[in-house]
Amino acid sequence: MEFNGYRRSNGIVGTRNYVGILSIVVCANEVTDAISRQVQGAAPFMHQQGCCQTPVDIKRVNETLIGLGSNPNLASVLLVSLGCESTDLNDVAKAISKTGKRVETVVIQDVGGGTRSIAAGVLLVQDMVQEASNIKRVPCPVSELVLGLKCGSSDTTSGLAPNPALGIASDLLIEAGGTSILGEVTEFIGAEHLLAQHAKDPQIGQEIIGLVKRMEDRAKSVGADIRGGQPTGGNIKGGLTTIEEKSLGAIAKAGNAPIQAVYEYGVVPRVKGLVVMDSPGREPEILTGLAAAGCNVIAFTTGRGAPQGFPFVPVVKITGNRVTWNKLRDHMDVDVSAVIEGKESLPEAGKRIFREMLAVCSGRLTKAEISGYNKAMDIYMVGPVI
Amino acid sequence: MPIDAIIIKEQDNVATALRNIQPNEEITLGMGDEAKPFVVQEFISYGHKFSVKDIALGENILKYGEVIGRATQEIPAGAHAHIHNIESLRGRGDLGTRES
Repeated sequence: MEFNGYRRSNGIVGTRNYVGILSIVVCANEVTDAISRQVQGAAPFMHQQGCCQTPVDIKRVNETLIGLGSNPNLASVLLVSLGCESTDLNDVAKAISKTGKRVETVVIQDVGGGTRSIAAGVLLVQDMVQEASNIKRVPCPVSELVLGLKCGSSDTTSGLAPNPALGIASDLLIEAGGTSILGEVTEFIGAEHLLAQHAKDPQIGQEIIGLVKRMEDRAKSVGADIRGGQPTGGNIKGGLTTIEEKSLGAIAKAGNAPIQAVYEYGVVPRVKGLVVMDSPGREPEILTGLAAAGCNVIAFTTGRGAPQGFPFVPVVKITGNRVTWNKLRDHMDVDVSAVIEGKESLPEAGKRIFREMLAVCSGRLTKAEISGYNKAMDIYMVGPVI
Repeated sequence: MPIDAIIIKEQDNVATALRNIQPNEEITLGMGDEAKPFVVQEFISYGHKFSVKDIALGENILKYGEVIGRATQEIPAGAHAHIHNIESLRGRGDLGTRES
């Protein structure tokens, strides 16, 4: 089974062929944004981190930027620095270069201000885009796909149709030798015992339970009931009553494959098959974490209609809520509401999602890409701003 | 056969509405391949839950065959089952101790 992708010099395969423009600190976002607006074929990554944080978080920002820059959907990378941040421009640049891709840098305080930096960046990225345009799609085995699993703006339809259908699609990918990454650890709370049963061995099962405890303890440390934050106000309007109920519906998107490994946020899996990655469920942080972990495609189920995409990883939107499909057609890619209406089986819906995903990986555009609704990005931090 | 609400596992004590349901409306309640008539007591929005049996104060709420919370008051069969009568047992920083 194949799709048409971009094979990079280090062997891994992209489903898109952008030049990435990455802010290495919040203070460079204006320049990153301006450059990306002036060059077709460039994708910006902006975030709110990179300075005045604990070493734990600065390390995470560096590693996440390296992961993002190394993502196979980027042909080459421009790093934009202010010049006085805590993140390490040289380390990030050097690590991304190891993938074999071209890495350029613009340092605003060295170049002499934002205006000159934008001009310098635009000229660099123009050249990089032209260079990238020489790379052609070639047939690649689907085992090269790394699928990010995500659900958002969930309601009770999510657990009935789109999540179990996505679970079937994920199982099909894994049977074909691919990889799926399950994050959103907050949304394991109350369902972790079931996920642990899917672990390939008791050690992995314990790691899953441990991740959930760490996330739950962090949430509880503020001394309040998390309801309202999890499930969200929108989840509650959609009929979800407790985090346990939300979680039991959410984990269905992981399918039935055994869980091979557990990773920290943004870490590239070293094994194929289904893996778990630490991350909360909020869109900017989980989408960024999945992209940093090397996902070349993301499948995102929704009940009430979450529109978010990501700048350089296609995000396929799947809903089982007929009202949402009809009202938010400009954001939705796949409708599986027929499952709830008893007109389509879950396996049929799962196969349909899988086929749509392969088409998207070969170049078919998602609604989030077409509409440019793709600015949900930030890095998951665990410590305070200091 | 078209159903108006679904019970996911046999042991569940709540069902999920698959359309807006009016008070005292007789509906078709599906579970697996089976379907049976049922009458809800109050308006249930699309996607919301109602109890399918009398639930006592403090009793576990079961959906997917799993515990999704606990009744904070008696929930008679056919009543709307949501945040006004169900509490979560997890992420309860307000309770001070970990419960499961």
